Amino acid sequence: MANLAAVVGTGQTSYTTKRGDVSIAGLVREAAVNALNDAELTWDDIDAVIVGKAPDMFEGVIMPEIYLTDALGCNGKPMLRVHTAGSVGGSTALVAASHVQSGTFKRVLTVAFEKQSESNAMWALSNPQPFSTHLNAGAGGYFAPIIREYMRRSEAPYDVGIKVAVKDRLHGARNPLAHLQKPDITMKEVEESFMLWDPIRFLESCPSSDGACAMVIANEELAEQAPRPPAWIRGVAMRSEPTMYAGREEVNPQAGRDCAADVYKQAGIKDPRKDLDVAEVYVPFSWYEPMWLENLGFAPEGEGWKLTMEGATSLDEGGDIPWNPSGGVLSSNPIGASGMIRFAEAARQVRGDAGDHQVEGAKLALGHAYGGGAQFFAMWVVGSEKG
Amino acid sequence: MSEQTTENTDVITGIEAPIYLKYNFTAGAAPARFLTQVKEGVLTGQRCPQCAQVYVPPRGSCAACGVPTEEEVVLSDKATVQSFTIVSIPIPGNSIEPPFVVANLVPDGANISFIHLMSECDNADVHIGQRVQGVWKPQEEWGYSMDNIRYFKPLDEPDVPVEKIGKIPVEGWEG
Amino acid sequence: MKEIAIVGYQQSDAVSDAGACNEVELIIPVISKVYDQVGIKNAQDVDFVCSGSCDYLQGAAFAFVMGVDALGAVPPIKESHVEMDAAWALYESMLKIRMGHADSALIYGFGKSSPGELPIVLSQQLDPYYLAPQWVDTISLAAMQARLMLDKGLISEQDMAEVVSRSRRNALNNPHAQLAGDVSVQDVLAQETYVSPLRKADICPVSDGASAMVICTVEKAKEWGLPYAVISGIDHCIETHNPGMRDLTDSVSTRKAAENAGVHNGAVDVAELYAPFSHQEIILARALGLGDATSVNPSGGVLAGNLMMASGLSRIGEVFNRIVSGEAQRGVAHATSGPCLQHNLVTVIEQAKEAA
Repeated sequence: MANLAAVVGTGQTSYTTKRGDVSIAGLVREAAVNALNDAELTWDDIDAVIVGKAPDMFEGVIMPEIYLTDALGCNGKPMLRVHTAGSVGGSTALVAASHVQSGTFKRVLTVAFEKQSESNAMWALSNPQPFSTHLNAGAGGYFAPIIREYMRRSEAPYDVGIKVAVKDRLHGARNPLAHLQKPDITMKEVEESFMLWDPIRFLESCPSSDGACAMVIANEELAEQAPRPPAWIRGVAMRSEPTMYAGREEVNPQAGRDCAADVYKQAGIKDPRKDLDVAEVYVPFSWYEPMWLENLGFAPEGEGWKLTMEGATSLDEGGDIPWNPSGGVLSSNPIGASGMIRFAEAARQVRGDAGDHQVEGAKLALGHAYGGGAQFFAMWVVGSEKG
Repeated sequence: MSEQTTENTDVITGIEAPIYLKYNFTAGAAPARFLTQVKEGVLTGQRCPQCAQVYVPPRGSCAACGVPTEEEVVLSDKATVQSFTIVSIPIPGNSIEPPFVVANLVPDGANISFIHLMSECDNADVHIGQRVQGVWKPQEEWGYSMDNIRYFKPLDEPDVPVEKIGKIPVEGWEG
Repeated sequence: MKEIAIVGYQQSDAVSDAGACNEVELIIPVISKVYDQVGIKNAQDVDFVCSGSCDYLQGAAFAFVMGVDALGAVPPIKESHVEMDAAWALYESMLKIRMGHADSALIYGFGKSSPGELPIVLSQQLDPYYLAPQWVDTISLAAMQARLMLDKGLISEQDMAEVVSRSRRNALNNPHAQLAGDVSVQDVLAQETYVSPLRKADICPVSDGASAMVICTVEKAKEWGLPYAVISGIDHCIETHNPGMRDLTDSVSTRKAAENAGVHNGAVDVAELYAPFSHQEIILARALGLGDATSVNPSGGVLAGNLMMASGLSRIGEVFNRIVSGEAQRGVAHATSGPCLQHNLVTVIEQAKEAA
């Protein structure tokens, strides 16, 4: 049985298109120092550092953790670098947790980041290779046909994606760290925004951000002594499946369903909509909210959009299961960090530390990340109680 | 630098450090075989010895079973639209003018889709289950590339019901 | 803490150019062999899979994603990836087993370095603001390190040539080696220098290939009825990135990791060290406190073939092979990452108690 572990500090940078005022090292250090301050700890209190980010080509630095050693106070300590595509921020948090849950370390620091402005992210994602047709129009071009298939199957009204785009930006306006600050956004504005990859409009897509997120994870004994409430890790799960195989269910991937079932079982969750108080879920294109509502078991298949349209996932509409109160990936997207932000925001909620986007009385929260062709999944459930 | 004071100097917030690295790409044994056939105007896939599904373009393994694939299967250049998107922004490294249709197409005889362009159609009429066929470049322009097919255009054939997409034999679809 | 056993290890031949092979075609033959060795069908028969690779070797983003196509991951599997040598994938897998979320794990590493100019590619691993724009390649950095050693009288060119000669001769018994031969110290010294003071023979070759390992709890190894070796200690440690701030003639991180892994708790019969340059083997052997009783790099080490992103795992596998064959009772494996031995991992592998 795994040892108990908890998040005792979280730290984030603010998210923006270009952080010209800091180097890559400065960016990760900012998040790390914020997490240490939150935990009221110093570098000496950290036993190991676990770093995550999406492809190295985003910044053009090969295995950048090697150069970030000094910025992360890691001299003389173990350092591990995780890379599982877009889910990496979540996977990194899980690998960091395993350092403590295995009983190997008492307290570790984990950091995930992306400084997309240092290079051309769209190029890095679809750099032309010989022999292949150059039709890969970035992530949007990949996911648009899958969203179209969801719309066909579910017969969801055309404006579900528009509603999510508005809802998450209104959430983001409550979060001072969020990249997009759009407190006055309207359905009309989203609908009239440029159609990038039909059916995905500009405002239904995530921005491209610079930013970093960090957490300090400690064992039971140290977490109990922490100055602020810990977020106890109640379940951890990862699943992967291939990008392409005949008959693959791309709209509702089995890897996501299996991963959710695994993490719910560990956390004793039977009905996620009822048992969880809040979820931070990786939604880079607005239609992925209804799709993941179904994939994660918050709604029966084909009915996820109904929760969205009823306002069940909206903080502003007093929904029973707010999704992405931080504004989510639609409001801030430093790719490699985006997953860890979901995990850290889940922790903030159960620690009662989420400021204006706090879900009142939140006790149990889901953090979720996915990556690749919606084939890599990482999830955790954190709670205010040990369970 | 040495004689100037920082007060009179713009603060340097970034440097340009272009990275040029040269690589000799190889496609892989199975894709190389595929591309050799495409150069001759033939689309081929590979069949999994375990689950019998046909992959295109083949990568040398069945991703579902994790076993090598060897048996080569000749496919049709007729295909069915599995899904699609209409792209309104240019693609890096591609001169094609937006808006253009990029579709996931399953060629007859295969069980998996590949990505290609659709044209000679009204973008608004493109739909899931639609039948299409490859429009090839003139033979003298053929190389080791899927670009030998310029794009796919609609066929005057009945739509394929969703549950049958990816299951059409190489003989084609009668409706 | 749970005792963890190695039950299978396989590697491909180290070749200078794997030709048309893509990632999947590199991985499948090796993991198929390790499945056969352990008697399992595919990755579905282990509880966790972890791999190590680096996109920049082949120059394509998400190289590891294609690797998943080799696993038969339908239904979905528990799987993770490090952008590091697969020795660290082993480390991550051990944490998973220790926390009780797995009883067994498949680990693999792969690298196809031949498409690019590896020493230059790796120059982009350096500090992107100060060092990388100068394009200092890995060979030049190592040459500076060797120069320091020579000038301080810590080694001689003869010592370096002895490392090379032993590697080439040991590699004669390694069917996977890329460089092997009855090469004498004089033969090496007769070579002209390439990047002074290094001769070409002091530098590991660029190789393509993959390696794979299966580990599990000792209980599981017994249930499977397999010969096994026990990982009795493992630790890793990184140092400052700035080469000017390190004593490049020593490896304090190796020393520390060795201490924590318990290298000195018993005799070391065999050691496999990830030393891409001949002088680095001497640094490492000293940091690990190895004496004459230890057979160093009986496989020839990475001077005989360097599967980037898999060589660290291969060192562990080579020690495992010698322990299950009865050639050795206790051994040490070392893996490295970063310029001039910046990051080092040390593993101690021992004979199973029943066998002792």
